[in-house]
Amino acid sequence: MSEKSQKVKDYRFPRVLRDRPFHYCPGCHHGIAHRLLAEVIEELGVRDRAYGVASIGCSCFLYYYFDVDICEAPHGRACAAATGAKRARPELVVFTYQGDGDFAAIGLTESLHAAARGERITAIMINNTVYGMTGGQLSPTTLPGQRTTTTPEGRDPRVYGYPMKVAEMLAEFPGVAFCARVAVNKPKRVLEAREALRKAFLAQIEDRGFGYVEFLSACPVNWRLDPIKAAEKVDELAETFPIKVFKDEI
Amino acid sequence: MKPILVKGSEAIALGALAAGCRCYFGYPITPQNEIPELLARELPKRGGVFLQAESELAAANMLLGAASTGVRAMTSSSSPGISLMAEAFSYMAALELPAVVVNVARGGPGLGGIEASQGDYFQATKGAGHGDYHFLVLSPASIQEAYELTARAFDLAEKYRQPVMILTDALLGQMKEPLILRKIKPRKYPKDWALTGAKGRPGRVLRSLFLGPGELRSRNELLQKKYRAMRREVRVESYLLEGAELVVSAFGSLARIVKEAVNLAREKGYPVGFLRPITLFPFPEREFRKLAEAGVRFLVVELNCGQMVEDVRLSICGSTEVRSLPFPPSDLPAPEDIYREIKRCLRSPRR
Repeated sequence: MSEKSQKVKDYRFPRVLRDRPFHYCPGCHHGIAHRLLAEVIEELGVRDRAYGVASIGCSCFLYYYFDVDICEAPHGRACAAATGAKRARPELVVFTYQGDGDFAAIGLTESLHAAARGERITAIMINNTVYGMTGGQLSPTTLPGQRTTTTPEGRDPRVYGYPMKVAEMLAEFPGVAFCARVAVNKPKRVLEAREALRKAFLAQIEDRGFGYVEFLSACPVNWRLDPIKAAEKVDELAETFPIKVFKDEI
Repeated sequence: MKPILVKGSEAIALGALAAGCRCYFGYPITPQNEIPELLARELPKRGGVFLQAESELAAANMLLGAASTGVRAMTSSSSPGISLMAEAFSYMAALELPAVVVNVARGGPGLGGIEASQGDYFQATKGAGHGDYHFLVLSPASIQEAYELTARAFDLAEKYRQPVMILTDALLGQMKEPLILRKIKPRKYPKDWALTGAKGRPGRVLRSLFLGPGELRSRNELLQKKYRAMRREVRVESYLLEGAELVVSAFGSLARIVKEAVNLAREKGYPVGFLRPITLFPFPEREFRKLAEAGVRFLVVELNCGQMVEDVRLSICGSTEVRSLPFPPSDLPAPEDIYREIKRCLRSPRR
């Protein structure tokens, strides 16, 4: 296949996505992450054995957009539910799609233990530093000084400590085969994010271990910024949360 | 077939294996550790999955995930652990997932103790988690029955797409009795809802979030219709009901002590019978109502502060007298303790 036709193929609407408008706010990065996820599932040819776990948060309607089998998990328990599905049917390609509140606050135990066991699943965490769905409250990844609806004067480290660096933590686990933090606020970064997602899926497909990708993601509405400024603010987030591949055993 | 001598907890694990259980997820807690320990040895040999989770929260959600793929799966715990699992139970009921949950109950509230207790009757029958949902609840009184009911629970779970609970207690879980390992033939039910990968079909979804107008109401009506349909599974053990003026009712292991008391009373010529609900939900309302209509009075004996007695009272709607004889967890009553109360009931004039 020529390089040109390959490029044309990349711009097609992914078959794994349902043709339905996203419910996400203008400027939200969930849409880009969804598209990349759909492209990677299609490229790896695993649509027919994909099993997604929808979590609680803005992305709970995952099943509206993905034409794969999807189960809803209680808040924070996505990695446990994914573990059960994968252990029951190892031929499935199992992924979770969670926010920072779901993955790193209420579900931190389930997330870390799944990684520690080296579960052959792919976990995607959308890190936008706030609880998006409930209206922009403090999350474990809120930056010091960042105003949220529950930290109206900004996150005070003496009260709430410091942002939790999940990718850095997970990279320490021998059971984790791929671990990266990505962003999608610039075209080059979108391509890098796609590659990271691909490898996070290969981690389970090739039976190497747990795959993890953290998306630094804009939340314009809860950040009280317009979409352009919110996308620019992601660079500010990257000073605390470095965009980096922390572990690559693929 | 030659009987083997096993604990109640082991009988439950053997019943699960006989029914073709493929996955077990759990977290250690006394007094039910024999269940995971037996399955940790036996499940992998049969190509099944045994996984000790980091908490009961995780175990119950692993069960949710495994059950969603259509395999036979279970968990077990004891009272405080069941409380932790309640969140996932509500979701599993809403997602209509077939799964088996065993509660080898201990005394509460709080950390309570590790002695036999029936203090989880409300939790088991009214739904431990949020929302309008129920488990189908079975309660065995012998080790043979623990084996049979556990195996049956897997069939019922699939028949109704519904989590099924075995509610037993430390007494039955820890004591030994002969068990005949009767061969079980698991029934087959369609799995056209299971998430097995969307090959050759559109993606399926298991969800409990319904925001559209009227959607959640329809969803709840569907569940309630199923709970009503489950009434055909009601089972009781009745004994010496002929000519009985007083019927003593109890469930689970305690029912055996109660039965002995009823025998004692009958030997002395007291007109007393015995009724043991085996299904705690759906509750055998009709069976109680029929007796009440015949003018029978009731004495409900429980190892708690009086819980099942409420369901008996609801079943008969005040048409006859229902007395409660509660034994809060600590010591087990002797048959004579119950016999004395039977005499008192029969001697006292009808209220």
